[in-house]
Amino acid sequence: MEEEMHTDAKIRAEIGTGCSPRGPGCSLRHFACEQNLLSRPDGSASFLQGVAEKSRERLIRNTCEAVVLGTLHPRTSITVVLQVVSNAGSLLACCLNAACMALVDAGVPMRALFCGVTCALDSDGTLVLDPTSKQEKEARAVLTFALDSVERKLLMSSTKGLYSDSELQQCLAAAQAASQHVFRFYRESLQRRYSKS
Amino acid sequence: MAEPVSVAAEYLAGSRARAARTVLGQVVLPGEELLLPEQEDAEGPGGAGERPLSLNAGARSRVRVVCGPGLRRCGDRLLVTKCGRLRHKEPGSGGGVYWVDSQQKRYVPVKGDHVIGIVTAKSGDIFKVDVGGSEPASLSYLSFEGATKRNRPNVQVGDLIYGQFVVANKDMEPEMVCIDSCGRANGMGVIGQDGLLFKVTLGLIRKLLAPDCEIIQEVGKLYPLEIVFGMNGRIWVKAKTIQQTLILANILEACEHMTSDQRKQIFSRLAES
Repeated sequence: MEEEMHTDAKIRAEIGTGCSPRGPGCSLRHFACEQNLLSRPDGSASFLQGVAEKSRERLIRNTCEAVVLGTLHPRTSITVVLQVVSNAGSLLACCLNAACMALVDAGVPMRALFCGVTCALDSDGTLVLDPTSKQEKEARAVLTFALDSVERKLLMSSTKGLYSDSELQQCLAAAQAASQHVFRFYRESLQRRYSKS
Repeated sequence: MAEPVSVAAEYLAGSRARAARTVLGQVVLPGEELLLPEQEDAEGPGGAGERPLSLNAGARSRVRVVCGPGLRRCGDRLLVTKCGRLRHKEPGSGGGVYWVDSQQKRYVPVKGDHVIGIVTAKSGDIFKVDVGGSEPASLSYLSFEGATKRNRPNVQVGDLIYGQFVVANKDMEPEMVCIDSCGRANGMGVIGQDGLLFKVTLGLIRKLLAPDCEIIQEVGKLYPLEIVFGMNGRIWVKAKTIQQTLILANILEACEHMTSDQRKQIFSRLAES
């Protein structure tokens, strides 16, 4: 599925307990419509389909919802606000990692940690993990996966471009191997934080 | 213990369940599973086939382990849900309490906790008190020492209240009172005039309230003061002058990040001036 990547200054991901108007089977992207914008013509409308920010928010939200123990906090909303300081590629993976660390820091009860890993496939099929913006732009396909810490299960995947089924499996396996390093980094940084006290 | 034999087998090495005893005092992460002592005997080397035959197999002692904050029961194991250090306390009977000592700023009301609240609304017979949780707690006007229907306590909006929770769970609105089970105030009630209320992390409050904490003794030697600790991360301090109050507030906030030597240095410098 093709989606446009915008690098805007601010991303907001909201995890609420409300449900979206589109039911569980719907795979369409977000729509927004505004009518009667222009005063001169008899009628006018603007239709916005598949805004990248909204879908990125939805991806991060779904990943967090799968991992946070929401049953311990009924009638409460947990808001995650992500601000892009600099974008050097693999933005979605970076957002996922930041969201996970923020939830741990806030003491929100979770059933596992999660991390994001991005893979890029260039035109001759070589796999590049954690690509830079330049590599992402020139790649044939860019795949981002969110993996959980307990069994390296796949929580979320967001892909753009052309790739075969075997390439997908290859990227997934590489991402699972790479997630080990991310989780080790989480553990080290949390141990460092707790050793100060 | 059966391990899934697949390409990703070596990646699962870090996620195998560990015995709770071996992890005490270490940092644990959400998602880890811990084995309780009686299970590790069953799952020890050669557990499946060579368990020693005991004559009174039915009388194996079942110790009751209490699962504290940060842990949840998951089958017959403990699942860690918060990041922190694993602690254990061995009481007289039973298997003890396991909990995770985590650092967090957000308070979640717990029954029996003493907290400092700010009165935000007065509606009929109930005061609404902000305790830093997701909902304001309710406080009845009859829950003060010596309060009757004729003799109402003098509580205004904006007052500070020191009380404890009698009802605090995730399904209901928290309720607090300012008397203990015998009807005596025991230090609870409206906190007096002046003074300064400030917020610190929950971990610091627990550290300051520990029985052998030297920080409070040292602070007491510095200036005469009144101090109230709320388990919701709020501290109320009052000293003779405003400057002394502010100095005390700054010291307590900074205590979290200082080592004991740095603290002693600062105290000695303040005592001289």
